[in-house]
Amino acid sequence: MENNAFYVALSLLVNLDASLFQIVVLSLQVSLLAVLIAAVLGFPLGAAVALWRFPGRGGVIVVLNALMGLPPVVAGLMVYLLLSRAGPLGELGFLFTPGAMVIAQVVLVLPILAALSRQKVEEMLGEYREQFVSLGMSRGRMMPTLLWDARFALLTVLLAGFGRASAEVGAVMMVGGNIDGVTRVMTTAIVLETGKGNLPLALGLGIVLLTLVMLINAGAYWVGERTRRRAG
Amino acid sequence: MTSLNASLLASSAVMPPPALCFEGVAFSHEDKLLLGPCSFTLDGIGPTLVMGPNGAGKSLLLRLAHGLLSPTEGKIAWSGEGRPRQAMVFQQPVLLRRSAVANLIHALAVNNIPRRVRSKLALDALERFGLSACANKPARVLSGGQQQRLALARAWVLSPQVLFLDEPTSALDPAAIKAVEAAVREFHQRGTRIVMTTHDIHQARRLAGDVLFLSGGKVREHTPAEAFFNTPVSPEAQAFVAGELVE
Repeated sequence: MENNAFYVALSLLVNLDASLFQIVVLSLQVSLLAVLIAAVLGFPLGAAVALWRFPGRGGVIVVLNALMGLPPVVAGLMVYLLLSRAGPLGELGFLFTPGAMVIAQVVLVLPILAALSRQKVEEMLGEYREQFVSLGMSRGRMMPTLLWDARFALLTVLLAGFGRASAEVGAVMMVGGNIDGVTRVMTTAIVLETGKGNLPLALGLGIVLLTLVMLINAGAYWVGERTRRRAG
Repeated sequence: MTSLNASLLASSAVMPPPALCFEGVAFSHEDKLLLGPCSFTLDGIGPTLVMGPNGAGKSLLLRLAHGLLSPTEGKIAWSGEGRPRQAMVFQQPVLLRRSAVANLIHALAVNNIPRRVRSKLALDALERFGLSACANKPARVLSGGQQQRLALARAWVLSPQVLFLDEPTSALDPAAIKAVEAAVREFHQRGTRIVMTTHDIHQARRLAGDVLFLSGGKVREHTPAEAFFNTPVSPEAQAFVAGELVE
């Protein structure tokens, strides 16, 4: 019975196991902060690419789309090189801190948010353009209007970004180091426990991770449906 | 009515609406001439109804006049100083994914109307167009007629000196058409220059002060409504008024 993964997961949850709790909280903190930062940067970036015509715009779109598939270990490596003692930002002493993990996840999530919001905003602009020009709106003024009107689509985009951030292990492992009590998150803990042969605990953590992602998605869906019905 | 709106109203009632002048205007796309060259001046009291068969270039002419498109040749000029305040109502109203009142407040905001008067102006306009009960409903779940009235209300709050309407009633039922035509008359009485396209000759008879008749991308005639309907000069207009199918 004690070796049953579900039993282990449940007992960890029911007993509010302190180390598990810490791991879960850190995982959420890192991923949510990364998604928030990526959204603040990525949504205006996506909208700007949708709105303005400039030389090399096609290239920017291709790069953004391609970066959606950026392997997490490559993102981890880039941030590692940037933050390592010998790197350009080495003096900050950021490597192997949660801050480094946030940076790595921003690198992973930003292209997803920018590329998908570019697509949504451009679709919407096709529909709104004449009315906007008629109202005398500049492109800069169109941006907030479009982002707000695309809010339901962007919520889904946000979830896609959060899914990527919370599920990846390569980048946070490399720049965080999986230090117990400091930078250990759910995915790195699962890798570690699996390596140690502690499969029930690994599976237990996996179930917790899955449940959290489900809950966040369900919550977002519920909020989205409610507001969608109110705002049409 | 706020002082702002009142002053706008007063100024437009005293001043005649700005005249619109097309000088040798042509528009071509990919080497294909779609409109013109045409020259005319809209300086009467109107409303001006732009008529003609489908594909004659009516919508194109409106978009050029409103500045949504630039002519490839010729010049479009307005009397008076600068570009007059203008608005356009489209065949399919383009409404934001927000409540009815938020749509009007947005239009006021982008035109730099002070925040404190926006709600009042928006609610007044909704009341004027019989939409008070829908103020907080999402604009996109309103009926087709209500949506078009909302688009007219959005134009109304901007106090345009010129209002363009592109087939505003072609997708509506008779009751909704009646409401739109009443709104057009209200704009006209406020001193707004009305330039409206329609392919419905009965609607044109109800509304027109003068008629600009197009076919094949050319202006065939520009005459007072009475003259157009009773004694059209060009063969195309004669056929159109007689109810024949004109290309």
